[in-house]
Amino acid sequence: MDYNLMREFADSWALLAMTLFFVGVVAFTLRPGSRKQADEAARIPLKDD
Amino acid sequence: MGLMDKHAIIEKNATLLLVGSLLVVTVGGIVEIAPLFYLDNTIEKVEGMRPYSPLELAGRNVYVREGCYLCHSQMIRPFRDEVERYGHYSLAAESMYDHPFQWGSKRTGPDLARVGDRYSNEWHVQHLAEPRSVVPESIMPSYAFLKDTAIDVKDFSTHLIANRRVGVPYSDDMIAHAGDDLTAQANPNADTSDLEGRYPKAKLGDFDGNPQQVTEMDALVAYLQMLGTLVDFKTYDEAAGYR
Amino acid sequence: MKFGTEIVVMCVFTFLALVAAGFGVDEPFRQHMWVLFFVLLGFVIVLLRNTSFAPAAPVDPSAYMDGPIRYGAIATMFWGVVGMLVGVVIALQLAYPDLNIEPWFNLGRLRPLHTSGVVFAFGGNALICTSMYVVQRTSRARLFGGNLAWFVFWGYQLFIVMAATGYLLGITESREYAEPEWYVDLWLTIVWVAYLVLFLGTILKRKEPHIYVANWFYLSFIVTIAMLHVVNNLSMPVSLLGSKSYSAFSGVQDALTQWWYGHNAVGFFLTAGFLGMMYYFVPKQVNRPVYSYRLSIIHFWALIFLYIWAGPHHLHYTALPDWAQTLGMVFSIMLWMPSWGGMINGLMTLSGAWDKLRTDPIVRMMVMAVAFYGMSTFEGPMMSIKAVNSLSHYTDWTIGHVHSGALGWVGMISFGAIYYMVPKLWNRERLYSLRLVTWHFWLATLGIVVYAAVMWVSGIMQGLMWREYDEQGFLVYSFAETVAAMHPYYVMRAAGGAMYLAGAVIMAWNITMTILGYQREEEPMPGSVPALQPAQ
Repeated sequence: MDYNLMREFADSWALLAMTLFFVGVVAFTLRPGSRKQADEAARIPLKDD
Repeated sequence: MGLMDKHAIIEKNATLLLVGSLLVVTVGGIVEIAPLFYLDNTIEKVEGMRPYSPLELAGRNVYVREGCYLCHSQMIRPFRDEVERYGHYSLAAESMYDHPFQWGSKRTGPDLARVGDRYSNEWHVQHLAEPRSVVPESIMPSYAFLKDTAIDVKDFSTHLIANRRVGVPYSDDMIAHAGDDLTAQANPNADTSDLEGRYPKAKLGDFDGNPQQVTEMDALVAYLQMLGTLVDFKTYDEAAGYR
Repeated sequence: MKFGTEIVVMCVFTFLALVAAGFGVDEPFRQHMWVLFFVLLGFVIVLLRNTSFAPAAPVDPSAYMDGPIRYGAIATMFWGVVGMLVGVVIALQLAYPDLNIEPWFNLGRLRPLHTSGVVFAFGGNALICTSMYVVQRTSRARLFGGNLAWFVFWGYQLFIVMAATGYLLGITESREYAEPEWYVDLWLTIVWVAYLVLFLGTILKRKEPHIYVANWFYLSFIVTIAMLHVVNNLSMPVSLLGSKSYSAFSGVQDALTQWWYGHNAVGFFLTAGFLGMMYYFVPKQVNRPVYSYRLSIIHFWALIFLYIWAGPHHLHYTALPDWAQTLGMVFSIMLWMPSWGGMINGLMTLSGAWDKLRTDPIVRMMVMAVAFYGMSTFEGPMMSIKAVNSLSHYTDWTIGHVHSGALGWVGMISFGAIYYMVPKLWNRERLYSLRLVTWHFWLATLGIVVYAAVMWVSGIMQGLMWREYDEQGFLVYSFAETVAAMHPYYVMRAAGGAMYLAGAVIMAWNITMTILGYQREEEPMPGSVPALQPAQ
């Protein structure tokens, strides 16, 4: 395995996979159903002293 | 349970969060650092590199101890002004025996990668003791105390052994003669033929003007005087070295 | 017997330090062990004076453990003032070199004292004490492990004292922000693992089902620093009774390992940890939840994934292979996005409560911190672009950039958190004086602005002077001339730093008076009390 081969892999498939993964993570986090749960979690610090 | 609930599991499970974040932060380091150890062209093929002589190593330790790297880099970048000011740009091969590296990150003072042979020993000693007596604009601290501090010669071979353990090719011969070589290099009357065989191009002589003892000033000046002088650039192939 | 085991263990270690002081193979090591001996002896005496044979009072397992946090808040203030004072001293040494006192107080030995003092002693104590505060209150659980928290606190102070005295004695590995030698590194590893166990253990016994996002940032900071510290400090001691060691790596590999560490000390110590602080203390001080919790999740994963790659931008145009430099640059630029996501999240938490900026100087301080976070996380990616870096690298511009992040972001958010915590920790109704907080705010802000602006000018000027050619094609300036040109800027920089230090001293006074239970008689902040309305 030499440097050029790795380089080719890095700027094609690896790049695509990472982009897709990132888009997936964002879409998942911002999906409509998560809002209520997130709002609850956001209130944790305000509950207690 | 659908994919939707997966992140909720992480959010509620401390161990998973720990493992997950550890995995995420290891990727970058492995991809960047690991190849440097096995890609052949990381370090260029050059002629002339050798381990530091005992006196140079002792001087280098003074350089490290006093934090010289905080104001002086040892890494010439491939720009016209830097090459004209300091000399040929630095190669990875030139620091292959440097544990630790001393590339530095700031030039409050000038780069020192090729300071060897540029000034006389007397200039260095005077400059280290009273910087502003030779460079009026200098803001360097004084290091006159190095002249009065003797080097511990007796057990110096332990330093070579430690270096060998981390990969510097010190031979048994070099280790056996570490103490003798250290004193001989700073003694103008010593027989230095063996020393020069072990450490070609080593600078010889009484560096600090005090032949009575080997001081940290001797060692530091010996180190400065060899910086950047080892590699023979006449035999270096620029195109092959590019990576 | 209270402290029985502790006293026995400490006596053993005190004796070992004495033995090492006698048999050490090099002079600095022997001196360092004498320091250790006297410090440990001090610990033993304090423990002996506080021991008692009465049965220990039962601990309420539901109450929060705030003792180490109180000590931590005081330690943060103390080390903050010390570290910043050393900073002003070395700034003056650069302007007036005769202030160097060889060998112990030369710039080369004081500079690591300054950086470690502010990063690890001030910043580290702030992180440790706020993380203990936050994790208990967002988990609704007492700290895990009984006296473990005390071990972490005192163990960390011992690390600081050993690192600091070692620098003055010339004991250093020369790895920036990781200078302590092998035996001090080993001690920090033990303390750090204890800290991880303490933090993780508390999360594991929480009563709140969800782990609040601030704890994610704290946890990733603790774990990543453990990894970075261990790998970067791998070295071979010359002798087990000596101070000197040689790095396990050499040259180019050593350089990348160090800057992988160095940049992530910024990324995880000075950013992720303090973001944990932001995600708890900003919502608390303005009394509203974080603007978008979901954005904070994306912020977290994107930030920790991208940061770890950015190290090579410290080695642009060096002998590091080009592919690694490019990789570092690309990831550094991408890092801009999650950083600004986090900044927006912090700032927008104030939406609907912007008036607090006018009435609450602590909120003002926190907002300024987040603003500086945004500023320096824009400047950083810009400086990581190779073309920009070719000018900025090796110059004061880098120093200016670091300080806008360190003074602006790290310093201000820590000040805000301490101002918030101290009255709560000591059950005081309010701080000694809010007007002094306002003084602190303006001194600090002005100090940073002076500092950063001066370093921009001097850095860019320096970079341009180094590369300036005349019509005949000769370099115009000798190096010494560029050094002389820096003098006025170094004087102004010291003045900016001194202003920041003055603010911190005012804070130390304010905090001390609060702890002692005083309240300053003063006009309330304008707007904080509703104006009286005429009767209808």
